[in-house]
Amino acid sequence: MSQTRAELNKGFFGEFGGSFVPPELQEVLQKLDEAFQRYKDDPDFNQELDQVLKEYVGRPSPLYFAERLSRELGGARIYLKREDLNHTGAHKINNAVGQALLAKRIGATRVIAETGAGQHGVATATACAMLGLDCIIYMGERDTQRQSLNVFRMQLLGAKVVPVTRGTRTLKDAVDVALEDLVENVDNTFYLLGSAVGPHPFPSMVRHFQSIIGREAREQILEQEGRLPDLITACVGGGSNAIGLFAPFVEDRDVQIVGAEPGGRSMNPGDHAASIAGGTPGVIHGFRCHMLQDEQGEIQPSHSIAAGLDYPGVGPEHSHLKTSGRADYVPVSDEEALEAFGRLSRTEGIIPALESAHAVAYAIRTAPQMNPDQILIVNLSGRGDKDVQQVFEMKSE
Amino acid sequence: MRIKKAFQEEARRRLIPFITAGDPDFETTLELVGLLDEERVTAIELGVPYSDPLADGPVIQAASARALEQGMNLPRVLELAEAARNRGVTTPLVLFSYYNPILRYGSEVLMTRAAQVGIDGMIIPDLPWEEGRELSRQAAEQRVDLIPLVAPTSRERIQRIVSDAKGFVYCVSSLGTTGVRSDFDQKVDAFLDTVREASPVPIAVGFGISRRKHVDRFLEHADAAVVGSALIRMAEQRKDALTDADRREDALEEIRQFVRELADERSVSVYRT
Repeated sequence: MSQTRAELNKGFFGEFGGSFVPPELQEVLQKLDEAFQRYKDDPDFNQELDQVLKEYVGRPSPLYFAERLSRELGGARIYLKREDLNHTGAHKINNAVGQALLAKRIGATRVIAETGAGQHGVATATACAMLGLDCIIYMGERDTQRQSLNVFRMQLLGAKVVPVTRGTRTLKDAVDVALEDLVENVDNTFYLLGSAVGPHPFPSMVRHFQSIIGREAREQILEQEGRLPDLITACVGGGSNAIGLFAPFVEDRDVQIVGAEPGGRSMNPGDHAASIAGGTPGVIHGFRCHMLQDEQGEIQPSHSIAAGLDYPGVGPEHSHLKTSGRADYVPVSDEEALEAFGRLSRTEGIIPALESAHAVAYAIRTAPQMNPDQILIVNLSGRGDKDVQQVFEMKSE
Repeated sequence: MRIKKAFQEEARRRLIPFITAGDPDFETTLELVGLLDEERVTAIELGVPYSDPLADGPVIQAASARALEQGMNLPRVLELAEAARNRGVTTPLVLFSYYNPILRYGSEVLMTRAAQVGIDGMIIPDLPWEEGRELSRQAAEQRVDLIPLVAPTSRERIQRIVSDAKGFVYCVSSLGTTGVRSDFDQKVDAFLDTVREASPVPIAVGFGISRRKHVDRFLEHADAAVVGSALIRMAEQRKDALTDADRREDALEEIRQFVRELADERSVSVYRT
């Protein structure tokens, strides 16, 4: 009995994570975990992955010293890890090519994924196009209408976009349909999950493929500054870019780790998506983490100015880093993120994604309280071109 | 004990209807429970509506959404069970709830309360057997049966999961989530036979049963058939009538006929230890 518990324990980060799914799905995830364990340290697989990351994604991404911003704030030296310079403009591609390569290795011919705003769908469609895999993207019908340009982008990349018409016709329903597809077509199908969330092995797998961010940043700062940073920060929705930066620094006890959570309009229920700062532990979408829920355990609506952070749960490893005291999670409001969006554009000529702007905002808040010889690394997880229209409309109102 | 007894009684329909509590409202659910009790089904599954039901198909998801709008939740479902017992319902009542509402309520407190209001068993579809040991112990202390779920794909785990099962074992009959399906996988029979052989308690088969021929077919390999989506759809189509005092009786009568068509009260396939 204890042995079976131990089998599942590999999916736990402290008391968080695990695999809380119906039995049929459990079996499918077990197979996926076996495949992941088989290939994650396979030299041949990693050689192929490295080559794709270098030649296709464009890695390593630069670690850029934001000199003007640092000087203006008059505190710590701020470095930006430029994930926005990756192919397709965000960190999402790291995980998409990693998992798509894994799919190909295990003989899957069909890759399925869910998408909300469309970013993960586009990254998945991109990786599948490059590897010649059939790609089916499930998207809530309402989202397909709101994000028609991204639908076209995915179709352009050869993916089939299936509008989901059940329930609320949004991301939640797209996930349900994708899971049903997976259970029914497990023999030839791979479910490519986009964030460090969901049941085991997804959080571990996404962390594995995103950790390239932190490994590079660690090497680069040692090379550029000759020492480790004092503080590292990244935005946290599901938390895949953040865990990618954080994981390789966790053992470096002198490096302070802070996640910038979407604080939205206020910290009242329904106004934000800060699952750690404003939520409680529970089970959501098949895993245990901090989540936004009411007294009955029903998931509460969430809000963020950044669609990519608008999620009522958080990656289980972040919940563990918080609970164990290794990392802090701090809400950053819509307004602060919007200010940071403009400020980084003006001072550095870099338009950040609204998601990444949360981490930039935290740096802007914190750098002035630090010494000029201290180092702060911000994960600039994506570029802001996709958000320019939204910000333009908000400013015109 | 009610569950064990019900499976051994001869004059019962080998059916376990699933209804979403609070769909279309509290009172109608109570009426439906009364009706199913009169029809002598083997047990009644009371679904606690949840906003993120991973194991359910569209029909039950929609029923959950309607019930949530009515303000139905776990504490209210317990009240509903209590009200049913007060009206004289003697059929075993099995609570079907996702894990998070239970975590939120507190599992130990829940088991005590469940036993008080006359709940006989509990099904938690997203709680893996390995994670449910503590909860199973808490349930046993209150003489509530934690009903395990097994799927055809979990062959290696079947033995382990059913070995100390209480009440009955809930077998998932076809791949995919709940819903009405037109055909069934032949491999399911072999799976059911495996479970039946390994299980110390009766086995029920669910997910996708909507017609008499399905029931007949499955009762050759299982001790009871769970009917969910089909019944909920019946109720959904009669929603207006069910909530209208003048038309309620007719609508309930149609549902009663449906239950009668699905299975007879009969003595065959009675579970004996």
